Amino acid sequence: MGLNAKNKKARSKERAAKILIWSAAVSVMAVLFFIVVYILVKGLPVVSIGFLTEIPSNMGRSGGISSTIVGTVLITLVAVAIAAPFGIGTAFYLAEYTRESIVTRIIRFCAESLAGIPSIVYGLFGFIFFVIYLGFGYSVLSGGLTLAFMILPTIIRTSEEAIKTVPNIYREVSMSLGASKWQTIYKVVFPSALRGIANGIVLSIGRSIAETAAVIYTAGSVLRMPSSMFSSSRTMAVHFFILASEGISMENAFGTAALLVILIFFINVVVNMLVNRFIAKGR
Amino acid sequence: MSKYVFFILALSSISALALITIFIISRGAPIIGEVGFFDFVFGMTWAPGRGEYGIFPMIVGSVTVTLGAAALGVPIGICCSIFMTEFAPAALRNFFRPAIQLLAGIPSVVYGFWGLIFIVPLIREYLGGPGLSILAGAVILAIMILPTVISITEVSILALPPEYKAGAMALGLNHWQAIKTVLLPAAKSGIVAAVILGIGRAIGETMAVIMVLGNAVALPQSILDPVRTLTTNIGIEMGYASGTQSQALFATGIVLFAVIMLLNAAAQFITRKK
Repeated sequence: MGLNAKNKKARSKERAAKILIWSAAVSVMAVLFFIVVYILVKGLPVVSIGFLTEIPSNMGRSGGISSTIVGTVLITLVAVAIAAPFGIGTAFYLAEYTRESIVTRIIRFCAESLAGIPSIVYGLFGFIFFVIYLGFGYSVLSGGLTLAFMILPTIIRTSEEAIKTVPNIYREVSMSLGASKWQTIYKVVFPSALRGIANGIVLSIGRSIAETAAVIYTAGSVLRMPSSMFSSSRTMAVHFFILASEGISMENAFGTAALLVILIFFINVVVNMLVNRFIAKGR
Repeated sequence: MSKYVFFILALSSISALALITIFIISRGAPIIGEVGFFDFVFGMTWAPGRGEYGIFPMIVGSVTVTLGAAALGVPIGICCSIFMTEFAPAALRNFFRPAIQLLAGIPSVVYGFWGLIFIVPLIREYLGGPGLSILAGAVILAIMILPTVISITEVSILALPPEYKAGAMALGLNHWQAIKTVLLPAAKSGIVAAVILGIGRAIGETMAVIMVLGNAVALPQSILDPVRTLTTNIGIEMGYASGTQSQALFATGIVLFAVIMLLNAAAQFITRKK
């Protein structure tokens, strides 16, 4: 085969590969667009002021979803309030206080492993540990604590990355001015890494809102408005799952799904704004 | 002083993993001892009413659904990462990346619901069977593992020194030849890790696949048959299980947990070797 023919063949192969890769990318975008639009078109007409402010009645067939919104917010708050100090603390320990050693390797291995554990396993654990063993029952507290375990690795990873992007010169200047290690971290490194850390927390909030398997058997599925940390409560995602899988009300299921998708969309927008500003500032 | 405070906080991930392991195993292990490990894992009958606990059909279910998801999702995912790193114009890339994040953020139950009202009827109408099937689960999971596969593959391609591509093209390879013969082989360990983590994600998904798999406890004869997986077995029966049945669900969880930990360890080992 002559060089020319070989070149031609290589070029046509390249064209075929390009077409394949472009079509893969386009079809993924098309599927995402289709799912989002489908849910919004069917769900948004259901969403009204009443849908947001009324308590569900008749198993969720009628009324709104206000108690599930409150349940979602409370459970997410508990999860972030518990996981954030531990996650950020771990990140500072890994990034500021140690060199790579067997201890940091074990901590990293555990964090990475936690990130891979399926949410249903977190659900099993939360049920046996918080609901039964510690006696918290099906409650906002049990659900939130279970989610705290689940989002811990996300917070650790994003915070550590954020801390690592803080230029070393900041630390050196602070130390040379006589600040202690703790003062340097508290007054210099933490504020500089704050945007990246916030980004991780917002991501974790998104994961908490979207979660079903880990909360359905820890927070329970009671539709009443939660009155304390020990009330059982249903999150929006769980409510949507029960409405849809038991065929209780497709209409309200679509409405709840549309709200969830919009929430996740805004969370992603916020994350992107944070990340972009963070990058801009880093440069 | 502050060092010790941070060290104690840093022990949280170790203690979390330890607590999860201890509590799942202590609750599930007795029933495995009672039934016998071999009969539990290879038993063909799951009939909690008669005290029979065999999870082999669920293992087959998990494996087939996951392999299907990987077969569909991995090639598409790798194509998307090549698209983002090599072919996409900057404007499109800036649109694509947040879109993939959105894909990762959408609640899994929404995908399950979409599968139930869109994919399942399509399969029933054009391919036959009940529609609720391995295929439906594989399609949903393929979409759900895309963000994992895409982001990890993308990172490992971007981490390659730019000289690799420049050198390959300077030697006269065209863009695609450079990708195929230099970039992808060089990024192999990252891609393998991406595939393993994607598979882990697919094995672990529960609520979305409960909605589309049909949940029958039987060995499937074709990809159009309904099936139950390890995760859906737990998800379906946890709501009303008590006593030994509840223990058997925790035992199912032990098997799932062991598989996931092996996959995690493999992925971490592969990426760290470099």
